[in-house]
Amino acid sequence: MKHIEFTIDGKTMTAKPGQTILKAAEAHGVYIPHLCAYKDLIPHGSCRVCSVRCNGRIQAACVQTVSEGMIVENDTPEIHEFRKAILDMLFVEGNHFCMFCEKSGQCELQALAYRFGITAPQFPLLEPERELDMSHPDVYLDHNRCILCGRCVRVSQDLDNKNCFQFVGRGHRKRLKVNGEALAETDLRVTDAVVASCPVGALMKKRVGYAIPIGERHFDQQPIGHAIEEKNS
Amino acid sequence: MTSSQEATNHPEKPRIATVSLAGCFGCHMSILDIDERILALAEIVDFARSPINDYKTFDGRCTVGIIEGGCCNEENVHVLEDFRKNCDVLVSLGDCAINGGIPAMRNNIPLRECLEEAYLKSPGVYNPSGTIPNDEELPLLLNRVYPCNEVVKIDHFIPGCPPPADAIFEVLSALLAGRTPAIAYGDLKYD
Amino acid sequence: MKQALATVVQEICKKYDFDKQRMMDIVLGVQGRFGCISVEAMDLIAEMVGSHRVEVESVVTFYSFLSLKPQGKVVIRLCDDIVDWMKGYDAVADAMSKALGITMGETTSDGAITLTKTPCIGMSDQAPAALVNDVVVTNLSPERAQDLIHNLRRHLDPQQLVTTVGDGNHSHPLIRSMVRNNIRRRGPVHFADFEAGQALKATLAMDPEAVIATIRASRLRGRGGAGFATGLKWELCRNTPSDRRYVLCNADEGEPGTFKDRVLLTECAAQVFEGMTIAGYAIGADTGIVYLRGEYAYLRPYLEQVLEERRANGLLGRQIQGHPSFHFDIRIQMGAGAYVCGEETALISSCEGHRGDPKNRPPFPPQCGYLDRPTIVNNVESFSAAARIMLKGAPWFEAIGSERTTGTKLLSVSGDCRKPGVYEVPFGISAREVLELAEADNPGAVLIGGPCRQMLGPDRFSGRICYDDLATGGAFIIFNRARNKLAIAERYLDFFIDESCGHCTPCRVGLQLLKNLVHKVVTGAGEPSDLAEMRRLSNIIIQTSRCGLGQAAPNPVLGALENFSALYTDLVSERSPGLLSTFDLSRAVVDAELRVGRQSKYV
Ligand SMILES: Cc1cc2nc3c(=O)[nH]c(=O)nc-3n(C[C@H](O)[C@H](O)[C@H](O)COP(=O)(O)O)c2cc1C
Ligand code: SF4
Ligand code: SF4
Ligand code: SF4
Ligand code: FES
Repeated sequence: MKHIEFTIDGKTMTAKPGQTILKAAEAHGVYIPHLCAYKDLIPHGSCRVCSVRCNGRIQAACVQTVSEGMIVENDTPEIHEFRKAILDMLFVEGNHFCMFCEKSGQCELQALAYRFGITAPQFPLLEPERELDMSHPDVYLDHNRCILCGRCVRVSQDLDNKNCFQFVGRGHRKRLKVNGEALAETDLRVTDAVVASCPVGALMKKRVGYAIPIGERHFDQQPIGHAIEEKNS
Repeated sequence: MTSSQEATNHPEKPRIATVSLAGCFGCHMSILDIDERILALAEIVDFARSPINDYKTFDGRCTVGIIEGGCCNEENVHVLEDFRKNCDVLVSLGDCAINGGIPAMRNNIPLRECLEEAYLKSPGVYNPSGTIPNDEELPLLLNRVYPCNEVVKIDHFIPGCPPPADAIFEVLSALLAGRTPAIAYGDLKYD
Repeated sequence: MKQALATVVQEICKKYDFDKQRMMDIVLGVQGRFGCISVEAMDLIAEMVGSHRVEVESVVTFYSFLSLKPQGKVVIRLCDDIVDWMKGYDAVADAMSKALGITMGETTSDGAITLTKTPCIGMSDQAPAALVNDVVVTNLSPERAQDLIHNLRRHLDPQQLVTTVGDGNHSHPLIRSMVRNNIRRRGPVHFADFEAGQALKATLAMDPEAVIATIRASRLRGRGGAGFATGLKWELCRNTPSDRRYVLCNADEGEPGTFKDRVLLTECAAQVFEGMTIAGYAIGADTGIVYLRGEYAYLRPYLEQVLEERRANGLLGRQIQGHPSFHFDIRIQMGAGAYVCGEETALISSCEGHRGDPKNRPPFPPQCGYLDRPTIVNNVESFSAAARIMLKGAPWFEAIGSERTTGTKLLSVSGDCRKPGVYEVPFGISAREVLELAEADNPGAVLIGGPCRQMLGPDRFSGRICYDDLATGGAFIIFNRARNKLAIAERYLDFFIDESCGHCTPCRVGLQLLKNLVHKVVTGAGEPSDLAEMRRLSNIIIQTSRCGLGQAAPNPVLGALENFSALYTDLVSERSPGLLSTFDLSRAVVDAELRVGRQSKYV
């Protein structure tokens, strides 16, 4: 197969035709931070954490495909500033109390904030009123922590062949909705792939919280992206 | 910005003030947790107004002010403003100071409901008078719990619930040495 | 009742072949019959078209004209655009509220009338205006508003509110509207005589490649705002291998202060449809869709008839004008109140029966658009121009306009001037000349291209309207010197916040944060550092947003900062060290003071 050459931060690498910047970078051990991108699902392009400067323009690395000679900037002060701002936007948009969140230590949003050394949100908190759906016997949905990444929407459709989730409303009123009045009304099962797909503590399995001791959780030791970067060394 | 001047050279030992506003004293426990290093710290700094020595007023300018907890009542605001006026550098210590923390969970519930739940309705409440406490001495509650940086300018933040002692030690020693604090990966925590 | 609902929903779904891609038509149909799309109705629709309730709900909750809850039999949507606001929106809104005994957003207790507001309805030259169901009422005053409510209360029939009809086709029995065209200047491209079928005849005499070559040679660029070369777009589409291709006409005209497409559709519909048919021939498409904004629903019966006439005259349908292999037809897709649907990929989503979320690009529509087929989306005016070019030739067209921007542009002029309306002017005309033509009244600023562009002050009035200088999709809003530019910027920001699709973080969250900052400054609580922060945040939103909405939304704020900076710097001041002006203890303790009946000792 024909290979495409391009550079990330001055380093030349190759990509397969049609490959996204995100995937091509990962294959070469370069981690591009991301949140809504998940496994091989169709890219959502919503969180914008994966923003890179690509031939001079900011693009979402999870959506943009590589082209010959493309120049990508990933690790620059400007891109860092953008990503930090976007992460902070996600924090202040919801109600994130990590100190009692069952996802803490395993949460990708939190892990990204750690990676970027964020000590406090740079924007005022918006403190929205959000709901908690405990109706389902085995799974709960805490909208306070939902970052509208759409992973659950796509996993439920594409991997579970169901349609338990979709977004309703638009703009700042946009929120996640279940297919029915509450989770218990949907055909969601605790064994569905969707249950493990949420990057934050919004869609969670019941009765398994705090199982891993502090210090041994996924992101306690190594920053998010470490596994990809290790391949590089 | 005069308020955010980094620790400047003071004639005597630099002075540190600390306070717990709407917090649980957990962050102060963590300060003590820096173990034997607190002795080294005590060599180079003086503790001014602080629960650690029970001084309750400022008697001179301080280099660093450390705030635990957000503002849940009028008195918290008053004390925080007092800290801002008397300290060169203010540090928000812990999640409550930074984003309100657990106390801020009440922020989407009207004050009236909070009080009724706490003093009248919740199971296990024994309150035969059926009234909500209202002594002149009790500071008035704010409509919501405010992070400290929404009330005054804050210069540095040490997140965590509570923050690891190593993070506190790093920030303090950096400020005293006049360098920018850099909390190590494992010490930057929101829980 | 339940049975009745099921029967009607079934009937409506059947009309659209139980095709979930026609979801917009289905839910509009159901709302038309029941005044809302209830949970029961959504369940039925989902079952009948093979979807899920939450999918239907995601569509219904996206569009502001669609409702889950019952509304009044008559819904009054008062336009709260800036121009309406300058022309007395507040007093009209007040008068309506009083006359109805309800506040904005409420329905009268008898369930008869709902009063609500809506962004620009494309009537800025006859503001304040409102939609009463599908009927447009214009030039409102508090007195007229009162009369209107009084009359409506009696008959609950919006059409009876039309007592005088506007000029031109407004008296057509299928339109009958009080709207006026206000065509102030007729140019050679759009408002010259046009005989249906002639441009098409010239087109069908060429092969499709030659048609594209003609459009390319004319150097026509898209009139919707972005100015992409029309011929090139058609060529890209034609060259993408596919079994089907589509021609989409963007009649969403949502950019506040733009109304020229409305006038084209009212007076030159045949020319627009002919342009679409020409495009269909050029790219090899057999289907065209006009995406008509919900606000212009009153034009639909008339437009359907024009289409019907064209079918009857062999200008649409199979073997057009006897051409053996050219078949092409056009349908109208109604929108339902969502500005973002004017963005071409959002428009495609909406036509496909989804929420009007823009799509990720690449791929671009000419490669992969409607139903994943190569698609061109062009503005109404672009199609109208294409038809004239095929009639008169590329050299004729190229001779009009400026060196690098050929042809004419329709401007929708509104705001503080004596002659608001539509002007067909050659590209290259200066802003000052337009201000003079419109008899602007002491102009202090002009917003060319609408709020997605920056507001300009008098030092820029000598700029020229063309793609190299002052680019515009058509809006030309005039503000006199007394107008408060900051308040205007803040209102436009509110518009973008409401109209964001909410998909991407910087637009959905960043705009709210920006608005809070602007508000802080406008209310006098700002500090100099807030101005820098406004710039920084604007830049982040512009750079990282997914679509043109977020990429443009901070422009009103940036424009005010760049071109009227003194206004902002006058408002901000340095505070005593460390204390924040935004924290107000007296406000923070007010609940507690009321609760316990004593005053704070610190205030
Ligand atoms: C938020 C947004 C709204 C838009 N609204 C319209 C519109 O109402 N009408 C229009 O023709 N183009 C609109 N556009 C531009 C379209 O995306 C597209 O560029 C245009 O329809 C292409 O047609 P043209 O090349 O003929 O101009 C909008 C773009 C954005 C980002
Ligand atoms: S979801 Fe993540 S960021 Fe949010 S509270 Fe939980 S651990 Fe913290
Ligand atoms: S529930 Fe989780 S996976 Fe679903 S949209 Fe919210 S954050 Fe994303
Ligand atoms: S920029 Fe705004 S309107 Fe565009 S995709 Fe993002 S959220 Fe939606
Ligand atoms: S990971 Fe690319 S936009 Fe979210």
